[in-house]
This record gives sequence, structure tokens and C-alpha cells, in this order.
Amino acid sequence: MSVVTAGGGGAEVFDVAVIGAGVVGAAIARELTRHRLRILVLEAASDVGAGTSKANTAILHTGFDAKPGTLEAELVRRGHALLARHAPDAGIPVERLGALLVAWNEDERAALPGIAARARENGYAAVRDVDAAELYAREPALAAGALAGLAVPDESIVCPFTTPLAFATEAVVNGATLVLEAPLVGVACAGSGATDAPWIAQGGAAEPSGPRHRADSEAYVLRTPRGEFHARWVVNAAGLCADDVDLLFGHARFTVTPRRGELIVFDKLARPLLRHILLPVPTARTKGVLVSPTVLGNLVLGPTAEDVPDKGATESTAAGLDALIRQGRRLLPALAEEEVTAVYVGLRAATEHGEYQIHFHADEHYVCVAGIRSTGLTASMAIAEHVRDGLRDAGLVLEPRADFRPVRIPNIGEASPRPYAHADLIAADPDCGRIVCHCERVTRREIVDAARAAIPARSLDGLRRRTRAMLGRCQGFYCTAAVTRLLADASRRSVAELLGAD
Amino acid sequence: MTDDADVVIVGGGPAGLAAAIELRRRGIERVVVLEREPEAGGVPRHTDHLGFAVRDLRRLLSGPAYAARYVRLARAAGVDVRTETSVTGWEGGRTLAITAPSGRGTVRGGAIILATGCRERPRAARLVPGTRPLGVFTTGALQQLVHVEKQRVARRAVVVGAEHVSFSAVLTLARGGATTAAIVTAEPRHQTYGALAWATAGWRRVPILTDTIVSRILGRRRVEAVEVTNVVSGATRAIECDAVVFTGDWIPDHELARTGGLVVDATRGPRVDAALRTSERGVFAAGNLIHAAEAGDVAALSGRHAAAAVATFLRSGMWPATPPVAIVCRPPLRWISPGAVGGDARPPRDRFVMRVGAWIDDARLSVTQGGRRLWDTRFRALVPGRSIAIDASWTDAVDRDGPEIAVALDRQ
Repeated sequence: MSVVTAGGGGAEVFDVAVIGAGVVGAAIARELTRHRLRILVLEAASDVGAGTSKANTAILHTGFDAKPGTLEAELVRRGHALLARHAPDAGIPVERLGALLVAWNEDERAALPGIAARARENGYAAVRDVDAAELYAREPALAAGALAGLAVPDESIVCPFTTPLAFATEAVVNGATLVLEAPLVGVACAGSGATDAPWIAQGGAAEPSGPRHRADSEAYVLRTPRGEFHARWVVNAAGLCADDVDLLFGHARFTVTPRRGELIVFDKLARPLLRHILLPVPTARTKGVLVSPTVLGNLVLGPTAEDVPDKGATESTAAGLDALIRQGRRLLPALAEEEVTAVYVGLRAATEHGEYQIHFHADEHYVCVAGIRSTGLTASMAIAEHVRDGLRDAGLVLEPRADFRPVRIPNIGEASPRPYAHADLIAADPDCGRIVCHCERVTRREIVDAARAAIPARSLDGLRRRTRAMLGRCQGFYCTAAVTRLLADASRRSVAELLGAD
Repeated sequence: MTDDADVVIVGGGPAGLAAAIELRRRGIERVVVLEREPEAGGVPRHTDHLGFAVRDLRRLLSGPAYAARYVRLARAAGVDVRTETSVTGWEGGRTLAITAPSGRGTVRGGAIILATGCRERPRAARLVPGTRPLGVFTTGALQQLVHVEKQRVARRAVVVGAEHVSFSAVLTLARGGATTAAIVTAEPRHQTYGALAWATAGWRRVPILTDTIVSRILGRRRVEAVEVTNVVSGATRAIECDAVVFTGDWIPDHELARTGGLVVDATRGPRVDAALRTSERGVFAAGNLIHAAEAGDVAALSGRHAAAAVATFLRSGMWPATPPVAIVCRPPLRWISPGAVGGDARPPRDRFVMRVGAWIDDARLSVTQGGRRLWDTRFRALVPGRSIAIDASWTDAVDRDGPEIAVALDRQ
């Protein structure tokens, strides 16, 4: 098991290389390590789950509103069941709050029966009509003027930070090699022409001219700034960059257009304002925004939806935040009295096709898993199964292993007891009673453990996602120095480096 | 396992420690201070400039020396100062759940004093758009990094805000090896004393950009620049920097007040009467939790004042049977502390402190109850964010059974 963060490539020939350690890539890697295979994961960023996986609405969708009959609808439905079942074992926070779609005008009310019908068509029968009286009984803080709604009792919330980390940790503990800061810049194949990456230099499209049919024993040479890696099969789960990677393998069949979504997280003191996920009724004109509790005890409001040209455009905007605040107050007037704790921005990897771009190429030993848009978190485990089955059909030998070690990572959700509240843990280790991040009640022990985990925290952001440290209302007013010092000492980095001041 | 004390004080800053010392001086036996940091003393521990201890200890000390002195005085007075002890919630009336290295437990007090202070609102709460790179701080974080961790945190910073603390941030940045590229304030003028502005920013030639907001933060991994916009002219430009320090814009650390169901007022802390009683029997509040943010010595005197009322409460068992009369501030007045009048006590230092939300050159402030005018005075040059003191002599004339008291400004 290894996490490579320094040094170059190697001579080892892996059976499968997964490009991308977001929630989808990590789920695929995990599924493959349940078999006797040597798995490599190449991740461009310096941490797993650092792209869209960490900035989304964190909903575990039932798929009630998916487009019926699509692969996405099927994988979301199955993924929901798989993740809901797997989460407690893995340490992934999930809460089955249920959702309420609220109609605020006649257009929206008229759309409800169609949504209910589509839900049933998608195999979700538990959707139920709700009248205004029931809406207000269940959500007293709702703004006046709600006409009617639909209840979706199994719509749940999940932790977007823990999920990819849990998958990737299990993969690594079970023998996968994870290489960070290793974007794929070129692909070559023993015996045929190399495909380097003109797109890196000029950001534009290149003529597809990738490697084609290869013998089973041949391996791809995967070129990264760290050096070269070798694998017989490749799974492209590169999210926002999946089109660039697809091009390296000779395919130009979709373009990823990032669709930016800004999200506002409100103070935990606002949590009591809602019991359910509040969903908008999509009409022809607009998708609307949702307000939802989060597994960490906050309320989240959003997302916006804006096509952007740049795959790195994760900045928030004045117009976006303004629009969200206004919409939030129209849904829950009491939000106006509550503080904002954080702002997140994620980029959906949308393509022009409006459906998943999952393609299997048996003769090329290549699988493309792209265009996952906004349901990757929910569908991840089902996508992984689907890829596994597709690889098997394509000729990859998949022998399940008997010695697969399930791994549970720390559950940072509010619904689980955390070390600071655990008398037994504190008795065994006083560092479980030393709270360092006060707003989020994160103890010294948890921070040190995160710095020494199988996929360790190597930055303050990485620490935030593993422990909740510095995610709280003070945003480091009280604890920046102490947390940074602790992470520096435990991970043998300097405070200056962690602050970006080096 | 519940621990019992006569008084449990949450927060070991100047207000909490001064309250504790005063309680011991008045003969209260078991006084416990719960401090969540490894060292008590509060924010002054890392505010390394002079200006502390004037009103309460009749000295001129630096923040760290002030903090250390209070801790010494408290321990010498027999106060049980428990550090690394975090209050995580309420477990019933006047009973607090705590986490410490020694374990989980509860502490119950005959009386509770909440003295949890205040903090600066961070970038996210201010909804400043842009990227989210490293190098964005509040003064609190900056102070701890420079004074405690002895780090050089930046080369060149932009300071947001022009209150007293903003100018002390320029000093802290300089100590930390950074220049200040500009002070940026949305206000038309800075809000500190001319001498302080000169002594910190003026002679360092730090430009003060007034009527200016930070419209965007730029930078990938680390701050590279801020975009600032003049709200009057609309003009926008970028200032190259590698750090942004968000200063002032204080908010009380009020989680316990809210989760305890205490009435909260316009201060955004628990509403207190002149004796610093909250809406919950036996629970008092003092310091910057009820007036964010006054100077450390004002917080200490607030704590001392609460202690007197606590001692009386413990000995007499008397708590007002009816709610106090609330004081409501009309805009542009933002808040007043104490926020209610009840019983016969006078507020700390025999005055109310107030904040106004606009620049008032000349106005009459009136205090009325029902139609009855209790008091008025004339103000010249009221500055937003600055502490404004109001004489408390009119509290004797308040009808304890009457309607709420209104404090308003009539601009001349």
C-alpha cells in the first residue's frame, strides 16, 4: 500500500490505472482492489476528492427526478442503495432526512403530478403529495405562501468529504498505489506512436491519434510530471479533465463545459430551522435552489448554475452570492438573522450530451467514465460496479480476493458521537479531551491521526475535510495558529509551508 | 459525574478572571473559571501592544503582561482556573457539560457567568467573493501566528477595516515582517484616533482607501491580489498582496447563550439588565460577550460588576420576578449595553455603552419610555463602530412596570 507524494514513476506494470481520485475514481479503485489486481490511481491534485467531489450539495439522491430509462437513472437508484448500506461500515456520515419539494406558485403546483409520475417511473414509489398544512406542520420556519408539495422520504444527506476519502483509503489499505500531483499529460504504448499532450501547451483540441488495438501483454505508458507509470488497462475518471484524457486515448466525442455552482453554508445555530431537505420545483424556466441541513450540522443553500469557460473557475461571485442570499430569505426568512459560516464553489463536469459518457473499449483496454455532472456522489458505488462488470466483459480477469480488509475511517458527522464527547476515549487518551478547534469541537488526537492516516492530511484544506478543523464559524480566528502548528508537527512540514508563506 | 461550585464562570479572559477575583474578595468560596485554551488570559495574551490595565488595574501594560497578571491574581485569590476545559453545552439548569483532558463531566453552579468574549467576522461571513486561497486572516489569527508562533505570515498585506484594531493589525503585520499595502474601509473616514492612525499607518505611508470595499480576492494557492471597488465612483483596481486581514466587525461568541435559550438582543449577545443578569435565573453575562468589542479593562470592570451582583444573588436568593424593561435602539443606533433595566442596580461604570451605524455630526439623543422623556443629551461627531458612553442617571426614573425604553437620535 502506498501513497506517492514525492519522487517519480516506476517500472511496475499495474493491471489497471484509474485516472482521477474524485469520488467516482476512488469508488472504482476500491471496487477493483476487491479483486486480485494491481491498481494504480493517478490524481492531478495534491489530495483525493479535491475537485468537484468536495464542493457539491451533498445530497444522496433517490433518483426520483432522473430522466427515466437512462443509465444515470439506473446508476443513481442503485448507487443510493449501495452507499446507504455501506456508509455506516465505512464511517461515512449519512442521514435519511427526507426531502420536501415545495410549490410556491401555480406553475410549480401544476408541475407536481408530473414529478410524482416520473418518480414512480424511476422505480421510486414512496413519493407522496403533501398539502400546505402538512408542509407548515413539518417545517414551521418555511416562508409564507407555500401552496403544496411532494415528500420524498428517502432523499438523504451525505458527507462529500468523507466519501471519496473512505473509498480511496480502503483501496490504498488493500494495496492500491495512489500517486498525487500526477496529472496525466501523455500516453504511449509499447510498439506504437506516443500521444503526447498538445492540449497541455495550448489548451486546445488536438487531432485524435491515440493508440489502437494492442496485445494483452502490452502496457500503456502513462506520462505525468512525476515520471512514467505503466498499466495494462486504463479507466478515465478524470472529471473536469475527462475530455482531455479521452483525447489522449484517441477519442474526441464530448467536451466538458464546467457548470459552476456556488453554495452558502450557514451557522450551526441555523440548523434547527429545517428538518428536511427543501427542494425547489423545477419548471421550464428555472431549477431553483435547495436549502438543506448538512451532516456536519449546518444548513447549505444553493447551488447557482453558470457555465464557465475555465476548468479552474472555482471563485465565488458577487452576483451569485447575492442571488443565493435573496433566494434563501424567500424560502426561510429566519436565515436573515443567521451568520454565514462558509462559501463553497463546485464545477459540474457537464458535457453537451446530457447523459453519462461511460464507454468501454475492449480492444484498447480503456474505459471512459465521464460526464457524471451532479450525481457522482450518489452513483459512485454503482458506477464502480458497472465499470467492474464492463471490464470483465471486455476481458479483464477479475478474481475476487478473500483477504480484502474493510476499513472504517473516523465519522465526523453530527449524528455520530465524536471523540470530544466520548468519555471512554478521553479516559484512554487525554488528547481526545483536548479540543483545539473549538467551533467544531475537534480534538488534538483527531488532528494528529489525520496527519498520520493512510492518506494523510498534507494541507489545512485536507485537514478540514478529514476532521472539520477550521470549518466552523470563527474560520480560524481562535485556532489557526494552534491547528497549523499541530498539523506541521504531526506531518513534519513547516507552519510557513502550510500557510503558503514559503 | 457532576462537580459543584458556588459560581462557574465560562471564559478566562479579563472579564471572567476579574469576576472570579472579585467573587473571592467578597468571600464566595468555590469559584471555578472554565477556560478552553491551554492558557487563560483571553485575547490580550496575543495582543502585544500597550494600552491595557488602565481603568481596572491603574497601570499601563501590554496585552500579554495584562493577561498574565490576571491569571496570577486569580490563582493567588484561590480561584480554580481550569484550562483546556471546554464547555460543550448545557445539561439542565445552571449545569454545563465539559470536555477536558481529564475526561467528560458536568459542572453545576449556584450562579453562572458567561464571559466568552467576542470575535471578528471572517471573510466568508462578510460574503467577499473570489477565490479561497491561503493568506486570508482575521486579526485574531494573525496575532496568534505572529506573537505566539513567531511566524512571518506575509510579505505584503491589505487590511480590511479602519477601526482601532485595524491599525493594531498594521503593527502586528510589521512585527511579522509584512508591509501593509493599504487599509481599505467602506466608510468615508477611518474610525480611530488620529494619533493612533498616524503612529501605525501614517508614518509607514500606508494609504487609507475610504469608501472602498474588497470586491474580489484573487489567487490560486495563496492570495495574489485583491480587487477593490470605490463604492462612490464605482472605480475598480487591483492591489497586489499576499495576505488579506479582515479586522473588526465584532460579533459576540454567543453559542452558549443561544443554545441555552437566553434572550438575545441587538448586541447579538445575551440581553442583560444593569446588574448583568440574563433572562435565565442565576445566569449572568459580562465582558465582550455583551458589548463587542470594548477594551480589555472595560471587559474586566464588567466582570467585576457582575461579581457584585452574583454575590448578592447567592446570599439573598433574590431574582427579579418580572422581566426587565427592554431598551430598544432606533436606527442609526445599533445597540446598547446593558440592553434592559430591572431592579435598582446601575450598569457597570454607571454608564451604558452604545454603537451607532452612521456618521452623525450633530444630534440629540433621547431616552423615552412610553411618551415620557427620561433624558436627553447632545452629541457631536459620533463615529460608527466606536464606543459611545451614555450616562445612566435616568435609570432611576424608569417605570419598572412600564413599556420598553426607546433610545433614538434626532439629527440636527
